[in-house]
Amino acid sequence: MEDALRDLYQEVILDHGKHPRNHRHPPEANRSARGYNPLCGDQVTVYLAADDSGCIQDVAFEGQGCAISIASASMMTEVLRGKTETEARRLFDDFHRLCTENDFTLDQAEAEDREALERLQVLSGVREFPVRVKCATLAWHAMTSALSGGGEATTE
Amino acid sequence: MGFATETLAEIGPGSNSTLAFDVARVREDFPVLQQEVHGKPLTYLDSGASAQKPRAVIDAMREIQETCYANVHRGAYYFSQHLTDRYEGVRKTVAAFLNAASDQEIVFTRNVTEAINLVAHSFGNGFAAGDEVIITEMEHHANIVPWQLLRDRAGITLKVVPIAEDGSLQMEAFEAMLSPRTRLVAMTHTSNVLGTVNPMKNIIRLAHKAGARVLVDGAQSAVHGKVDVRELDADFYAFTGHKLYGPNAIGVLYGKAELLKEMPPFLGGGDMIRSVSFAETTFADPPHRFEAGTPPIVETIGLGAAIDYVNAIGHDAIAAHEAGLLAYATERLQQIEGLTIHGTAKDKAAIVSFSLDGIHPHDIGTIVDREGVAIRVGHHCAQPLMACLGVPATARASFGLYNTPSEVDVLARALEKVKDLFG
Repeated sequence: MEDALRDLYQEVILDHGKHPRNHRHPPEANRSARGYNPLCGDQVTVYLAADDSGCIQDVAFEGQGCAISIASASMMTEVLRGKTETEARRLFDDFHRLCTENDFTLDQAEAEDREALERLQVLSGVREFPVRVKCATLAWHAMTSALSGGGEATTE
Repeated sequence: MGFATETLAEIGPGSNSTLAFDVARVREDFPVLQQEVHGKPLTYLDSGASAQKPRAVIDAMREIQETCYANVHRGAYYFSQHLTDRYEGVRKTVAAFLNAASDQEIVFTRNVTEAINLVAHSFGNGFAAGDEVIITEMEHHANIVPWQLLRDRAGITLKVVPIAEDGSLQMEAFEAMLSPRTRLVAMTHTSNVLGTVNPMKNIIRLAHKAGARVLVDGAQSAVHGKVDVRELDADFYAFTGHKLYGPNAIGVLYGKAELLKEMPPFLGGGDMIRSVSFAETTFADPPHRFEAGTPPIVETIGLGAAIDYVNAIGHDAIAAHEAGLLAYATERLQQIEGLTIHGTAKDKAAIVSFSLDGIHPHDIGTIVDREGVAIRVGHHCAQPLMACLGVPATARASFGLYNTPSEVDVLARALEKVKDLFG
């Protein structure tokens, strides 16, 4: 098996893909948005429970998709809890660069939570597979859409 | 020009070759098949999406542009007349290919999608609220959405024939749906996902008995075997060049002369008129009435070359070769544990959709690509069918005349690697 594939389908990704964390609909969720990838028909719905100050108290998702999109959604829910809206958006910006820019390093990150970015780095193998970047970012697009008031986010 | 021309010279155009089908020689006609992907030989199993082009087609298109390109139907000069003759000559080639009664029944379109939209707008122009159009669960979006748009415009009722477990059409349900209000049955000849070949002759006979007309989506059918529109008694039949080893952006709508004659134009513009004034415009007779604007000239010439190529090899030889591939692929893939084939109808084209337990088709596609294997993964522009099958997407291997049993083995080995990786 070639290295690029091994990088993409690392054990931790396969594990999150098969056993996604926070795959549920929290009753106290007050924001949600659906993410849709028209290319493959994958869809996830991201639920946020944010307090009055915009701090994310709980985050979860439901949906179906490929190993990459489900693992990414699962890992996203793990790193976003307790984050402010601003920090969540920064994390997405950094994560997006992680998935698309070959020379991006964590020194260039805007987000404060470096440990979160280090965990998300496992998904940076998608750099070698440009059509799969949309899979890795699907749940994140839905999350920012939910922060902005909901609706549907597509990867187009 | 290689195999096609030699064969053509030996057996004459249009005849059905009885020569042994030599797939190794056929493969030499397709330059792209010599390519490598990710360091592996290309294993192209996505001809159902778009087929590769033989040198005969590539050369014909280049030759036009290098030696005699001009617009058609306009010029008084030599090139324009010469190319107009060749362009209209392809209409005759297509008419013979479909066994149409006349080349005036052949309308050039961009693709099947445009052909169906043409029928929906023009033939569907006379439909009123309560009139019924029947489609099936196995339609491509191209044969669903135009009818939904017509439903929104004219208030027609859209009826959908269900499929059986094996992916065949539920004929009894179809018969029961036919009513005096049925104006049109719009149905695929061969499912792009399931490979199911519908019993079109019988369907058309039943529809006609009920007083309905029939539009056949032949995108996947004209490729795999002989289509005879008169034997079928089809009212409309659409196919596209790029799945038939020809260029894209050229498609065909066959329509019975008596129907085309009564139909209003679809798109307005140059080339489709008899005379234009600001007060009144009169329209050209079919087929030109339905061909507004400068047509895809080079692509039409390419389509003619593709049909010549397919004719030279022979429908029977292609059908037999593909039937062998389908049988072997079905047998070989079924040996893979956890693999489910979607669509097992008795009458089936060389299209195999499948799922692997617990592994999303998108992941399958990425991994086998690294083995040089090109398959389609996703919903195949048939989301309602995916819902019927209860899957979000499938993987699909579709075979063409240049594929070999050893390529089936390459696919099977690549799928084993997918399973290894996912544990």
